[in-house]
Amino acid sequence: MTALNELYQQVILDHNKAPRNFRKMEDATKRVEGYNPLCGDHFTVYVKVDGDRIVDVSFEGAGCAISKASASVMSAMVKSRTVAEAEELFGEFHRLVKGELQGEEEIERLGKLAAFAGVSEFPARVKCASLAWHTLHAALSSSEQSVSTE
Amino acid sequence: MTPSDTDTVTEQFRKMVSIAGCRHQFPLLRQYVNGKPLVYFDNAATSQKPQAVIDAMMRYYQESNSNIHRGVHSLSERATQSYEEVRHKVRAFLNARDHREIVFVRGATEAINLVAHSFGRLALREGDEILISGMEHHSNIVPWQILCEERHARLHVIPITDAGELDLEAFPALLTERTRILAITHVSNALGTVNPIKQLIAQAHAKGIPVLVDGAQAVPHMHVDVQDLDCDFYAFSAHKMFGPTGVGVLYAKSRWLEEMPPYQGGGDMIKSVTFEKTIYNDPPYKFEAGTPNIGGCIGLGAALDYLRELNMDAIRRFEDDLLAYATARILTVPGVRIIGTAREKAGVLSFVMEGIHPHDIGTVLDVEGVAIRTGHHCAQPVVQRFGLPATARASFAFYNTKEEVDAFIKALHKAREVLG
Repeated sequence: MTALNELYQQVILDHNKAPRNFRKMEDATKRVEGYNPLCGDHFTVYVKVDGDRIVDVSFEGAGCAISKASASVMSAMVKSRTVAEAEELFGEFHRLVKGELQGEEEIERLGKLAAFAGVSEFPARVKCASLAWHTLHAALSSSEQSVSTE
Repeated sequence: MTPSDTDTVTEQFRKMVSIAGCRHQFPLLRQYVNGKPLVYFDNAATSQKPQAVIDAMMRYYQESNSNIHRGVHSLSERATQSYEEVRHKVRAFLNARDHREIVFVRGATEAINLVAHSFGRLALREGDEILISGMEHHSNIVPWQILCEERHARLHVIPITDAGELDLEAFPALLTERTRILAITHVSNALGTVNPIKQLIAQAHAKGIPVLVDGAQAVPHMHVDVQDLDCDFYAFSAHKMFGPTGVGVLYAKSRWLEEMPPYQGGGDMIKSVTFEKTIYNDPPYKFEAGTPNIGGCIGLGAALDYLRELNMDAIRRFEDDLLAYATARILTVPGVRIIGTAREKAGVLSFVMEGIHPHDIGTVLDVEGVAIRTGHHCAQPVVQRFGLPATARASFAFYNTKEEVDAFIKALHKAREVLG
């Protein structure tokens, strides 16, 4: 597989074309905007947290295939997990796109997130892949209303 | 056809051939990127440098490096002479009246900031207005916003049409008795539009309003004559016209340079300093505080020599032909829409592809060895004007070829294939 096909895997193309949880959430407990001024990617992530559990996640906005698919896969992955589990997953995802995970097994363990392994070959795109995650992190951990990857 | 016409055509043909043959003088272009021959279509961001410019700068540091306007020793005199010669070359390049109308700065951005700061302090009062256009680079927006905030003045914007041209019908009414300056781009970096600035300047002058022209995207592509335009200020950067980064030019009519207060204080901009009173140097030195980018200026001088040899009018014809070819070819790619369809354009092809984000186009093209810019091109308001978060932009120089355009088009088809 070429680096390009590795980057734009079918999972990513699917989620870009038909993003999951792509909607505004009226009863969100928190909404945060994420913005990448360099390329204009701009998403709003909504979360509904009950105790320490994320009961719902959604997002809306516009961005490239990598950032949009990443937001979509993220929303599907963290729903019904605890805040701590979601944060741990973010850590793993970050290591994945930075190319810091060693071995097939470690990558496979990430399930659908493994589709983003190809990003590590494109350093300029790491910010695209991480934008939604940074935004979710801000929504879960602080009082900030917006985050920027610059 | 008269014999003189034939001569002109022959001469034009000779120039076209010399332009087509100049590519090998740019060493950077001789490389592979991601295993493909580099196609460099990001010239509006910065241009590549001919060997002559690289050599001139290296020679300066190897043989003549010294501080200017200071030493009595030979090296300093030699450096001073080389530096001041470039001022004369810039004067000739712009056809300015006097070399003392040429101020060396860091780039077009600093040139505009200098005018906003110094001219702004001279001329702007509370309630006054500054007029810019809807297609300005951030560097011709933000300095004026800062000034307006300080002076409680208002910023007004000439709207642009769907084709990416200035709305010339709306323009006259925006020139009011409170307008203190019109600051406008010669060529749009995001759209490629060439503005009819001579006409705009005449209209502004008829109401006594001075005009600053941001020429950063014009000087690499066309002959500029500041006396013919009659602009009050003209700003450009060396690095977009085959010179080095970190040096640029502000042309200003003498009367403004005489009247305007200094921009920065320091060495070289003074005649005498005591703790009680400092007497400023004469223009242009009044505006050149501190040791300037001497090596960069030498590089700029070499770039001007290079362009003079090639001939700006011949460059314009060559590039118009290339842009027309690229425009026709890109329209054969399914789902492509060109952003910026002005009647007169230079060097820029901005576009979007249906269903594919510009950033993804940029990545696929890079894998194919094609370097383009994606995003808002430091001109967010103009991209927003077209309801877009970003565009993809191919921008050309005279060393680009139709074969490169073909490789670019092939890569766009690949983007469609990969991204569906």
